Amino acid sequence: MLFTPTVVKNLLKKPATRKYPFEVREPFEKYRGELIIDIEKCIFCGMCARKCPCQCITVDKTAGTWACDPHECITCGYCVDACPTKCLTFKDVHRKPMLEKTTWVEQGTPPKPKKKAAAKKADAPAKEAKAEKAEEKPAKKAAPKKKAEKK
Amino acid sequence: MATTVIPFGPQHPVLPEPVHLTLKVEDEIVKEAIPALGYVHRGLEKLADIRDYHQMITVCERVCGICSMIHGTVYSQSIEELMDIEITDRAKILRVIWSELHRMHSHLLWLGLFADAFGFEALFMQFWKVRERIMDINEATAGSRVIVSVNVIGGVRADLSPDQCRWILSELDVAEKEIQEMQATIMEDYTVKHRTCEVGVLTYDQAYELGAAGPTLRGSGVASDMRMLGYGGYADLDFEPIIETSGDCWARSTVRFRETLQSIDLVRQAISKLPEGDIAVKVKGNPPEGEVYQRVEQPRGECVYYIRGNGTKHLDRLRIRTPTFANIPPLLAMMPECELADVPVIILSIDPCISCTER
Amino acid sequence: MLENVIEVTIDNLVGEVMNMKNDGHRLVTYSTYQEGENKLGILYHFDKELKTTHLRLAVDMDKPIPSVSGVYFAALLVENEIRDQWDVVFDGLVLDFNRSLFLDPEVTQVPLASNIKIEPKK
Repeated sequence: MLFTPTVVKNLLKKPATRKYPFEVREPFEKYRGELIIDIEKCIFCGMCARKCPCQCITVDKTAGTWACDPHECITCGYCVDACPTKCLTFKDVHRKPMLEKTTWVEQGTPPKPKKKAAAKKADAPAKEAKAEKAEEKPAKKAAPKKKAEKK
Repeated sequence: MATTVIPFGPQHPVLPEPVHLTLKVEDEIVKEAIPALGYVHRGLEKLADIRDYHQMITVCERVCGICSMIHGTVYSQSIEELMDIEITDRAKILRVIWSELHRMHSHLLWLGLFADAFGFEALFMQFWKVRERIMDINEATAGSRVIVSVNVIGGVRADLSPDQCRWILSELDVAEKEIQEMQATIMEDYTVKHRTCEVGVLTYDQAYELGAAGPTLRGSGVASDMRMLGYGGYADLDFEPIIETSGDCWARSTVRFRETLQSIDLVRQAISKLPEGDIAVKVKGNPPEGEVYQRVEQPRGECVYYIRGNGTKHLDRLRIRTPTFANIPPLLAMMPECELADVPVIILSIDPCISCTER
Repeated sequence: MLENVIEVTIDNLVGEVMNMKNDGHRLVTYSTYQEGENKLGILYHFDKELKTTHLRLAVDMDKPIPSVSGVYFAALLVENEIRDQWDVVFDGLVLDFNRSLFLDPEVTQVPLASNIKIEPKK
């Protein structure tokens, strides 16, 4: 008897459910749907692979590939927060169901090794200079320490 | 009289999660019940050896789907106490807002399942219709409906703008009106009272000695609620624990219904007291050697975390004790001298979350 | 980090727990951790009016540990779980599941006794 007013109201109003998939609600903008990467901005540092709680991202710096297992990903967003160049984002709808398991590999341009080789040659004379400085530094460090002890 | 043994199996339409009870019955009166667990054991405490302490938050959130934010909160609080980190006031109040929203949606889910346990499917659907509003708030503010994943060590990851706060308050006003329409039905309807009053009685002394937790304890008259400890943002909010004295299924259901309305009030208080500031603090280094013990109030009761660190980025020991684990001995004490048809209602009245129990 | 810790030994364990019960405390849970080579550390947590008290016990894993389930009935579930995780024996357990509460009969590796730290890949 106490529930009758609610029953009558429900009979007279339109149904509370939506006719999905013919009518789809507008997505909320902060929803963590599906991970997408802008491979041109990626510098292949590997931070996302280190932070991932499921260990589903593999980054290969020399070949320039970024791979993510879409079935292991829990869309937590730790990789998005950790990326230094902000190349990872989320779409606001979730991934459509698939018929079989897929893999997802993105190919980008690896960081150029030419700069490294030139840097190595420049480093070699610089390294010798650094070795000399390193010998001087402990001598300098020992001197202030002795002064501190005296004080 | 002959004794029949009836297995109340892992699969049952009224149970949300699998648990097995062997019932010894004499002519429809239950004499004894012996539990058997282990259907959803995942071994999550052992994962602390492989995942470092930042990644363990995602594991702890998935111990239970319905109280996932509160597991994340107590884990972050324990690590913050171990490493001596002080988080900002804004982060504390934001954690309180999402925790109370989680408490509301958990109690609304339980009220719906409880109505379904004695066949009142229309009321079940009404409660879950209100719950959809809370899920929409979760999705719009934190990013996901059920496992919101918004805690990090040192604060939270998502912020609430003033527009969002106003929208939350307007949605809660509508939800409060809809919940109050159902108060007369769940508390005073003739069918509901006939199925739940004087069923599964737990006295004050039994509840205290057997270590019951949460609404099971408060439905028997013991005024004990971990939010009175004043951890996190609860130190600035004022509230009183809700108790009922009759100790039967009706009392536990009434406690949960009133707590839902109280949570709406707590969210309103928290939003009005939201201070300015950052939402997270930077964390460097590893947890030092030491041990820490923290307790919080989940929708189902008191949850205890014990963490030991050893100086590396993996924790030495992570121990979780969830409230349903503590509520199983009282369940075994409620069973004798009840009718066979009351068994589903009694099991559901302690709010069994078996995946929490067995981690 | 923990306040109110009382050290006990195997001999006066049951006596101390009886004192706690007569004082009006309720048992919350036990926590266990590896104390050293072949030694297990157990912490008993009690609560009275939101104040906690702990009892610490260090015990060898081969000797039987006296059970508290005669004093507090609620202890039997925790002690069965500790049997599953560490493979120790409790003396006087009221309802013993014999290591089958959570684990299946064919599981032979003891879960928490072998603390292997595996490095994540990369």
